[in-house]
Amino acid sequence: MISDNPDGIAPKVDEAENHVSRRSFLKVGAAVAGAAAGSGAITGFPTIWAQEIKDIELRHVGVSYSVVKAIGDQASKDLGFKVTMQNLDTSAAINRFITQPNTVDIADLEGWQAKLAAKRGVIQGIEAKKIKEFDNFLPIFTKGELDGHKIPRQGISPYEALYLAKPDATELHDGVTEWLTNVPQVYNADSIGYRPDLVGHTVTEWKDLIDPKFKGKAAILDVPAIGIMDAALTFESAGLITYANKGNMTKKEIDFTCDKLIELKKDGHFRATWTTFDQSVQLMAAGEVVIQSMWSPAVAAVRVKQIPCTYAPVNIKNGKEGYRGWCNGMGLMKHLTGKKLEAAYEYMNWYMSGWQGAFVSRYGYYSPVPSTAKKFMTPAEYAFWYEGKPAPEEVKDPYGVAMEKAGTVRDGGSFTERVTNISCWNTLMDEAAYMNKRWNDFKVA
Amino acid sequence: MRLSKPVVSWLYVAPLVLVLIPFFVVPIVVVLIASVFDTDGFGGLIPTFTLSNYLNVFTSTLTFNLYYETIKFTVLTWIFTLLLGFFIAYYLVFHVKNQLLAIGLFLLCTVPFWTSNIIRMISWIPLLGKEGLINTALIKIGLIHEPLGFLLYSSFAVVVAYVHQLTIFMIVPIFNSMVRIDKRVIEAAVDAGASRFDILRLIVIPLSKSGIALGTIFVVAIVMGDFFVTKVMSGGGSASVVGAFYEDIGVLQYPGAAASAVVLTVILMTSVALILRTVDIRKEITS
Repeated sequence: MISDNPDGIAPKVDEAENHVSRRSFLKVGAAVAGAAAGSGAITGFPTIWAQEIKDIELRHVGVSYSVVKAIGDQASKDLGFKVTMQNLDTSAAINRFITQPNTVDIADLEGWQAKLAAKRGVIQGIEAKKIKEFDNFLPIFTKGELDGHKIPRQGISPYEALYLAKPDATELHDGVTEWLTNVPQVYNADSIGYRPDLVGHTVTEWKDLIDPKFKGKAAILDVPAIGIMDAALTFESAGLITYANKGNMTKKEIDFTCDKLIELKKDGHFRATWTTFDQSVQLMAAGEVVIQSMWSPAVAAVRVKQIPCTYAPVNIKNGKEGYRGWCNGMGLMKHLTGKKLEAAYEYMNWYMSGWQGAFVSRYGYYSPVPSTAKKFMTPAEYAFWYEGKPAPEEVKDPYGVAMEKAGTVRDGGSFTERVTNISCWNTLMDEAAYMNKRWNDFKVA
Repeated sequence: MRLSKPVVSWLYVAPLVLVLIPFFVVPIVVVLIASVFDTDGFGGLIPTFTLSNYLNVFTSTLTFNLYYETIKFTVLTWIFTLLLGFFIAYYLVFHVKNQLLAIGLFLLCTVPFWTSNIIRMISWIPLLGKEGLINTALIKIGLIHEPLGFLLYSSFAVVVAYVHQLTIFMIVPIFNSMVRIDKRVIEAAVDAGASRFDILRLIVIPLSKSGIALGTIFVVAIVMGDFFVTKVMSGGGSASVVGAFYEDIGVLQYPGAAASAVVLTVILMTSVALILRTVDIRKEITS
């Protein structure tokens, strides 16, 4: 808790202090106590930076797979100020950022959320040159390409959502600038998970999800904005339709997709739909489904239960298939100023310095700065997770639990192979309201 | 010092008013206002006056499908909780002769409710699943050869979970009105040669009406206002009114969601008013 300091020396500091006390005016008692304890601590001299920052608390808010307590705890230890991680589901998170921006310091944003947050004016531009590792970021994010391969822009790609023309701009800027909406921190490529023992063949195409063989044994993701993209990948794969942009469908395309889903549902094709990581693990582990759209760490979680489960490599072919990519990044809320803002930059720089990158890599996600993550991983881990090589030794998850035997090769191959096969990105379509309504038609059918 | 009568009455109602205004009236007014605003599609509200949000709610077949599903679950849950609640209360009041034992058994009924609703709901999943206890047992004893899919991720599962969660809301008020039935009335009926069924039909049910009405209000309001049980137990295979506008909020369609919320509130308030017409709650509580 930061104190109020009426005699603040640096005006910038004063501003920050006032802001914080304003925000926490409900905790009057605590604020008063804090004022007594903290007054005099603020002098504005960098030599006692550690003294000044020890009372700072940053609230990093976002979804559970991206905003992880263990990472916050490590950051607090390394940085000397407190980082608190708070988890909400995707829709509760964006609602909180927009309707209660002052209760959040670092917003964990997906590309489409960054677009909305900028539009609503709740975030401030991040100065690219203050992010130490910015030049080492993979060009997927900074330039929209990797090894000369253009990253597709169906949906909202991380590159598309990265830049602002000015720190207080409300529209995204197409092209490189000095100002960022967010600092990308974790991302992955989603596809299908299946039981190899029960499916009977190797799945490399989305259309297997609607193969009549798996009637009553298939499931699909029920987060409308991205579930519909999984459905679109599937129908495109089955040759039923070609979308101009799966990430921004026309009403007609939405109708086709939802009508097809309703038809499949009435036919009894879907055993269930799932909304959370745990539900998808449960469905697969309890033998309810044999194939479903799924996230990579969820597949790993099924395997940890000694149940065979494979993550389908759906490499792009003939303009079809491909993974649905997503990326979460850290956005700075507009109310951050002064020392708290500096602390937020410190935090983001810590985040990119490797510990977090190694941590998320160990459950199958990726760091935008693999060069720093590598320093915190054993060569064996790096070979397995990034290079797509057979694991030289047993692979452990971030908490030290054994995940894979030595010799296993990661599903989908190397990092480059997976990422360059992303064909669309998580998004919120222009026709989101209509899409949502049609998705509810599917739910209630 | 003596306070005048109106002051005393105001003091009595003050605590409730102080709770209701900020936590009920103000939010409802905010929702009402939002429901006539327009949206820019990105979470921004445009302050105007439009009825288009309501028009969308009333002209959409989705609304009717959602209400059909929600009312279906409400009615089924109501029937089963009422049957269970009524007969459990009946047994406790009229068949357990030792009053201490009756109260003890009554408290026993509440034990499952010491755990969270969510835990109680989720604990059905390993029981009802394809590889769950029931299916495994039925297959082992050779009654079926394929697991029964309808047990889980179905309307059946939704109703099971609701009934399990809400029966207590029927037991308590019905028990409460039954214990106040004068036993001499029943003795007199027995002496006059009434059958057990007649006693039930002509004495117990009419005199338990207020408890039934109260229990009904609880059950109806909870089921119609819930979306989580439907979502989880139907495996996402069904939807509910609240679930649908929760999804709207997820894509920042606040005015549409607000209009749906207002419509649901009005429907619920009307239902409660109708239930209350069948019984004079005030008289029942104070007598």
